[in-house]
Formats: sequence, structure tokens, C-alpha cells
Amino acid sequence: MIAFALPWPFDRTYMQLALAAGLVVGAAAPLIGAFLVQKRMSLLGDGIGHIAFAGVAGGLLLGVWPVWTALVVSVASALVIERLRARGTSGDLALALFFYGGIAAGVVITGLAGSLNANLFAYLFGSILTVGRADVVVVVVLGVVIVATMAVTRRALFAVVVDEEWARVAGLPVDLLNGILAALTAVTIVAAIRVVGVLLIAAMIVLPVACARLVARSFRRQLTWSMVIGMGAALVGLIAARAWALAPGGSIVLTAVLTYAVLAIATVRRRRSQRFSIRMVQ
Amino acid sequence: MPLTAGRDLIVRLRGVTFGYGREPVVEDVSLSIARGEFVALVGPNGSGKSTLLRVLLGLLEPQAGRVELFGQTPAELREPWRVGYVPQRPALAADLPATVEEVVAGGRLARVGWWRRLRAADREAVAHAMDSVALLALRDRPVGELSGGQQQRAFIARALAGEPQLLVLDEPIAGIDAESQRRFRESLSHLIREHDAAVLLVSHELGAVAEDLDRVIVLKRRVLFDGPPPELMAAGVSLGVHREDLPLWLERLG
Repeated sequence: MIAFALPWPFDRTYMQLALAAGLVVGAAAPLIGAFLVQKRMSLLGDGIGHIAFAGVAGGLLLGVWPVWTALVVSVASALVIERLRARGTSGDLALALFFYGGIAAGVVITGLAGSLNANLFAYLFGSILTVGRADVVVVVVLGVVIVATMAVTRRALFAVVVDEEWARVAGLPVDLLNGILAALTAVTIVAAIRVVGVLLIAAMIVLPVACARLVARSFRRQLTWSMVIGMGAALVGLIAARAWALAPGGSIVLTAVLTYAVLAIATVRRRRSQRFSIRMVQ
Repeated sequence: MPLTAGRDLIVRLRGVTFGYGREPVVEDVSLSIARGEFVALVGPNGSGKSTLLRVLLGLLEPQAGRVELFGQTPAELREPWRVGYVPQRPALAADLPATVEEVVAGGRLARVGWWRRLRAADREAVAHAMDSVALLALRDRPVGELSGGQQQRAFIARALAGEPQLLVLDEPIAGIDAESQRRFRESLSHLIREHDAAVLLVSHELGAVAEDLDRVIVLKRRVLFDGPPPELMAAGVSLGVHREDLPLWLERLG
């Protein structure tokens, strides 16, 4: 394999592939997260992540590439969850049913497949340093699908998250848009499985958005900032993983957590100093 | 003979009944609104105003009767931009990181197609809508930082941005200061005069707009009164601030 001439720590092919996958997921996941957070559905990512685990286990049992089975199971479940929510079933309840059902099915199927091994762990905790070219191609294709769809739907989705009832009167296809968001959430999760693993996927969807909300004063800037922060976390997390031999999935997410902590402290200090300046002027 | 006979009808309800349980909330309601008319729908608390509005907008299916907007049922309406809607106290998340302009621009989507980018003419319409409710100077301010009255004006601007032919407003004046009410009145007059649009306003207090109304409809499950304001005043009910003014009278009806 030919490696690009990049400086350390991306001088090796496996690090370059990891960087490509990490940057795509770092940009795509918060793009979806911005709408989920506003709809108070942040945990949808976690729920679908656990369902994806059942899909991975199914793939291992059937001898099919687990990414495909995870994609099919996740998208189908996401659409059913959205349908239940739209019909008035409590979002929490619908999510819990699939959340626990998914993890239980995953455990049972894994037992049947006899594959409680490192292969499964790569999906549970992420294994970005072992992604191959085929994995990266899938991640990039899924990332392009997510970004392109969001480029077309983001204005209408924004109107829906502001006021769903108003959006219906305005003739926006609310059910279709909610379905697209749910399906894209599932696609994002499958793209992120190898990067951070099933257990940490929701973090990549939610944390960059939480960071961006501290600095952005418009929805457009929130989207931009959350993508920048998501990609930054992937980049810094990978460097830290190479430098100190850390688990890359965990170090990417911890970078996002640290970014949030730093921004939150800076925001509190800025607000305090603004209040102090106002008092001085008075 | 109906007051709108022979005129170009925008809204037509015939024998509409709807209830959440066994008891109907609105019963056998028939009314019509013609192009260029300014109509107020009033009634005491629990009289069915909001329910009737939701049926009219197609958010609820009538259990009996028929609703027509521009000659079509709400579900069949091919050009939804023709209806502008200002909901009562929209449930806006306080932490929504969105500017006034972003929210108001949403009102243009139905007009241009939800998948399309807004062009220069659309941006101009959005700016005009913000100006008409005195919010142009606050266009870059996050909506979460606005007062309740300013937020309400932002939602009025969102409805105006689509340049609707029927504007439906649910309690739009509550919490708005006098200057904003004046601007609001001007923008409604402009919409009716220049665009020949119809306006249906649901409110307890008609305040600043009372003088401009063509018709008042009083609802208490059924339509109790449907006529021009002078006829209501002839029945001893004043739309202004008098002993027998509208809010007091409605309270007694309840």
C-alpha cells in the first residue's frame, strides 16, 4: 500500500486511514446531532448504537460483513422508533424497548455465533487503527450521503425542530423529514462503529454539538462549529492515541469532553467579566 | 343570507363538529371568510376557538361537516404557502441557538420549496417581514434572548415572510407593547390592502385592531354571533375599554 507523505503521527498508512475515517465521522455525526439535541432526542444515537450491536452480531453469525447487517437493522429500527414516536408513544419508552431489545438480541446472537472475541470488541469499543481501505470507503460514502442529504434538508429540518405543528401547516413534509433524520442517525452510527465503537457512538453525535452551543449564536454557526470540533477531536484524539499508546476511540471522545470543559469554563469567565464590566459602567 | 355571499371565498366551514370525547367541543359550525376580509374569532375560555382553528388548518379532522381553504380541503391544498399561521405562544426552547432571521426565513420555505436555497428576492421578503414588526435591528440576535413579546413578533414575521393570502393568528397581540401593536396593525392593513389577503384573528382582546375589523364571530361551541362590529356594539358590547367591553362580556358568556 502506498502511504501519503504526511508527518508523524500520520506517516503510516494505518494512521492515514484512521484519520480519514475519523474526520468523516467527526464532521457527519454532529451534523445529525445538532437536530437530535434540539428535538430532545440525544439518546436516539445511544439506542440505535445498541441495536447496531445486534446487527453486528447477526453479521458475525451469518458470515456477512457486519457493517451491512448493522446498517439494515439500524435503519429499519430507527424508522420504526420514529413511527412510534409520531404516533404518540413516549419517545423514551419506544427507545427503551429497542435499546434493551437490541443489546439482548446482540448478546444472544453473539453466544450462538460463538464469537465473544476480539472481533466483536472491535465493534463494541471501536478499532479505528485497524480499519482497512474497504472500511474507509464505506465510511466516506456514508459520510457523503449524510452531508449531501443534510445540505438539502437542513433548512426544512430546522423549521421542524423550531415548531413541528407550524411546519405541518406550512406544508413541510414533517413525517418524511423526521424519517430522513432517523435514518441518517442510523447511517451515522454505522459509519462511526469502527471509529469509536457502539458504546461511545452517541458521544460523537452529542458532545461536539454541546461544545458548539457554548460559542455559537446562530444555528448555522452551531453546525459549522460542531463539525470543526468533531473533526478536531478526531485529529487530536488520534495524535494522543499514537503518542501515548491509548485506545483511540476513548481518546477521541475524551478530547471532546475536555474541549467542552475548557469552553464551559471560558464561557462562565467571559460572562462573569461581562457582568463585572456592566457593573463598573453603572 | 351569508355576509360573504357572492364574494371570492377563501375559508368555508359547513356544519363542522369536533370533540375529543363524547361531548363535542365545536358543534355544527358554519362560517366563511372572503378575500380581503379582516375577521376576529372571539369566545370565552373553553369555547372551542383553538380547536376550531386546528380543524380549519387541517391539524384535526372534523368528525362531521367540511372544511375548505381556497376551495380545497386542507389536506388537498396544493399551495400551502397561501396560509400563514401564527400559533399561540409557540413552544420555543430557551436555549435554541438560532437568530431571528433564521426563524423568520423558515416562513419562506413553503413558498420557494423546502429543498431550495433562498434567493435574493426571498431574503428581501424576509427582511421586509422583519421590518414590518420592528425586528430588523434584531435580525442577528438569538431568539432565546428576546422578550416574550419580541418572540411573538418574530413568529408573526415568519408568517408574513411567505406573503400568505390567508393569515391565521392565535392570540397574537398578548404581551406586545403599544408601538409593536401599531406596527402589527399597519402590516395587517398592508397585507389586506395590497395583497387582497384575508386575516382571521383569534383573540380575547381586539385592542389596536378593533377599528379595522370587517366582522366579529363569537363562538361558544356554536356560532353565537357573526356580523360587523357595529351590530355587536348595538347589542351593548363595546370592543374598546368600557364597562360592557368585549372581555367582560365574553367572561359572562363563559
